[in-house]
Amino acid sequence: MFGLDRQTRDNIWTLIAAPTIWALHFLLAYGVAAVQCAPNQAIFETITATRWMIAGITVVALALIGLIFLRAYREWKGHGGGTVNDQDTDVARESFLEFSTVLLAGLSFVSVIFVALPALFIADCR
Amino acid sequence: MPDARSLKPCRAERRAKPWNSVFQSPRPPHKASIAVGASALSAKTLTHGARCPSFAAKRLGLTTLLLPLALSGCVGPQSTFGGAGSEAAAVEALFWFMLWGAVFVWVVTIGIAIYATRVSPGRHSERTGIRFILIGGVIFPTVTLAGLLVYGLKMMPEMRSEANGPTIAVSGERFWFRVAYGVEGEPGVVKSLPPGGVESANEIYLPVGQRSELLLGSPDVIHSFWVPALAGKMDMIPGRVNRLVIEPVREGVYNGVCAEFCGDAHAQMGFRVIAVSPEAYAAHVEAQSQPAALTSGPGLDAFMKNGCDACHTVRGTEADGAIGPDLTHLASRRTLGAGLLAMSEENIATFVRATDHVKPGVEMPSFGVLPDAEITAIAAWLGALK
Ligand code: HEC
Ligand SMILES: [Cu+2]
Repeated sequence: MFGLDRQTRDNIWTLIAAPTIWALHFLLAYGVAAVQCAPNQAIFETITATRWMIAGITVVALALIGLIFLRAYREWKGHGGGTVNDQDTDVARESFLEFSTVLLAGLSFVSVIFVALPALFIADCR
Repeated sequence: MPDARSLKPCRAERRAKPWNSVFQSPRPPHKASIAVGASALSAKTLTHGARCPSFAAKRLGLTTLLLPLALSGCVGPQSTFGGAGSEAAAVEALFWFMLWGAVFVWVVTIGIAIYATRVSPGRHSERTGIRFILIGGVIFPTVTLAGLLVYGLKMMPEMRSEANGPTIAVSGERFWFRVAYGVEGEPGVVKSLPPGGVESANEIYLPVGQRSELLLGSPDVIHSFWVPALAGKMDMIPGRVNRLVIEPVREGVYNGVCAEFCGDAHAQMGFRVIAVSPEAYAAHVEAQSQPAALTSGPGLDAFMKNGCDACHTVRGTEADGAIGPDLTHLASRRTLGAGLLAMSEENIATFVRATDHVKPGVEMPSFGVLPDAEITAIAAWLGALK
C-alpha cells in the first residue's frame, strides 16, 4: 500500500506528523510517570506497570513514525531521491516535502527512544 | 584574598559610603574566608585615605590579581571540584570526561574547517558531502548522546540509593536554614517536615563515610539546598518534602548556599556543612541536645525583657519562640546570620544592633534602639552559649 505506484500528495500535515507523534509520546510518558511519582511516596517501590505503559506507547509511536518514514522515503526515492530542490515545479515541491519528512521522521524516531530510555534504566520513583 | 583588601577601599571611596564599608562583610567565599569576613567587619580602619593606583598600574594589578582568583575558584570549600562527597565525585568525573570529549569534538571540527579552507579548498563531490553529514552530523551525535544518556541514567538511582546514616530535616526559611538531627519521616507531599529531632540552625554536621538522608522542606517560598563540594542541588518546596542523600568522603568544612532566589537576602542565605567522623558526629548531636550552658544573668534578663523569646528558643530557659533560629548553642556555630559573619561576641552585638544593615531584607527586626548595655549583655550571654 506504500508502493511506488501509489504516490500521495504531501502537505504540511504529512510533514509534521512524525514530530507531532514525538510530542504526544513525550507528553504521555511524562504524564504516566508524574501520576506515579508526583506523590513522592514509597520511592523505593518498583513501578513496573508504569514502565510497561511507557514501553507500550513507545512501541506504538515508533511504529507510526517508522511507517511515515518508509512512505516518505519510498516516494522520495521514486522522485529520484534528489536533495537539491531549486525548481519551481510540483515535482520539486513534492520531492522537497518528502525528503523533509524523511529527515523529521528520523529525528523523531531517535528522540522517542531517548525520551523512553529513563523507563528502561530507572525502576522506581527515586 | 588580596582582592578584598586592595580593591574594596577604592570602590568604597568612590561611592563614599563609609557606613556600608564598615559593615561590608562579603559572604566569605574562600579558605581564609572567616578571617577576612571578620577583618572586613572590624576594619573600621579600612583606609579611606588609601589612594587608588593609576589606571595602567591598576589594569596590570587587576590581571595579576584576577588570575589566581580565577584559578582559586576551582578549589576551596564551595567548589564542585573537590570531590568531597561521593555524588560530587561522580559528577566531577563525568564533567572531566565531557570536557575532554568536547575538546576532542572542537579540535576535529576546527581541523576539518582548516582542511576544507586551506588544505583542500576545492569542490568536494556531493557523495562525499552527504556521507560526511550522515556520519558526522547524524550517526556520531546520536551514538554519543545515547552513550552519555545511558551513563547518566545508570548513575542517577545510585546517587539516590538507600541511606545508612542519620536522617536530618532541613527547612529553608527566609533567610536561614533550620536543622533538626535525628528525625523520623519520609519524603512526600505533606505540609511540613517531620517534627522532633535535635534543633540547630545554619550548620549541618554529617558523618564521613555514611549516607545521610536529608529531608528538605520550606514553610514560605521555594529555596534550593546546595553544597557544591558534596552533592547536587535539591529544591526545598513548601508543601513537599524532598529527599537528598549525601555521603561525604573527606572531613572538612564546606559552604552551602540557597540556590533559588527567595527574596531580598537570598544572597546571604548560606550555611556550613561540617563533615566529621561518625563518633564526632554523635558527640556533636549529643552536645546540641543539651540545654543551654548558662541559664541566668543580665543577658538572659535583657533577652526576655525585650521580647527576643517571642521568636527564639534557648532550651533550659523560658525562651521558646519558634520563628527564628534556635540559639541554645549559638556560640558553637562557626557563623552568624546564616553564613554571613564569623561567630564572635562583637558580631552578635552588631547583628542585633543593626540587623538590617548587616543583612538587608532580613526577617528579624533591628534592635538598635535598645540601650547599649543591654545589647552588650545579651551578646555576652549568647556568646557564651557553646
Ligand atoms: C520577629 C522575630 C524575631 C525577634 C523578635 C528577634 N529575632 Fe533574632 N532572628 C529572627 C530571625 C528570623 C532570624 C534569622 C535571620 C537570618 O539569618 O536570616 C534571627 C536571627 C538571630 C540571630 C542569629 C542566629 C544565627 O543562627 O545566626 C541572633 C543572634 C538573634 N536573632 C538574636 C536576637 C536577639 C538578641 C533578639 C532580641 C533583641 C532577637 N533576635 C529578636 C527573628 C527574630
Ligand atoms: Cu533561600
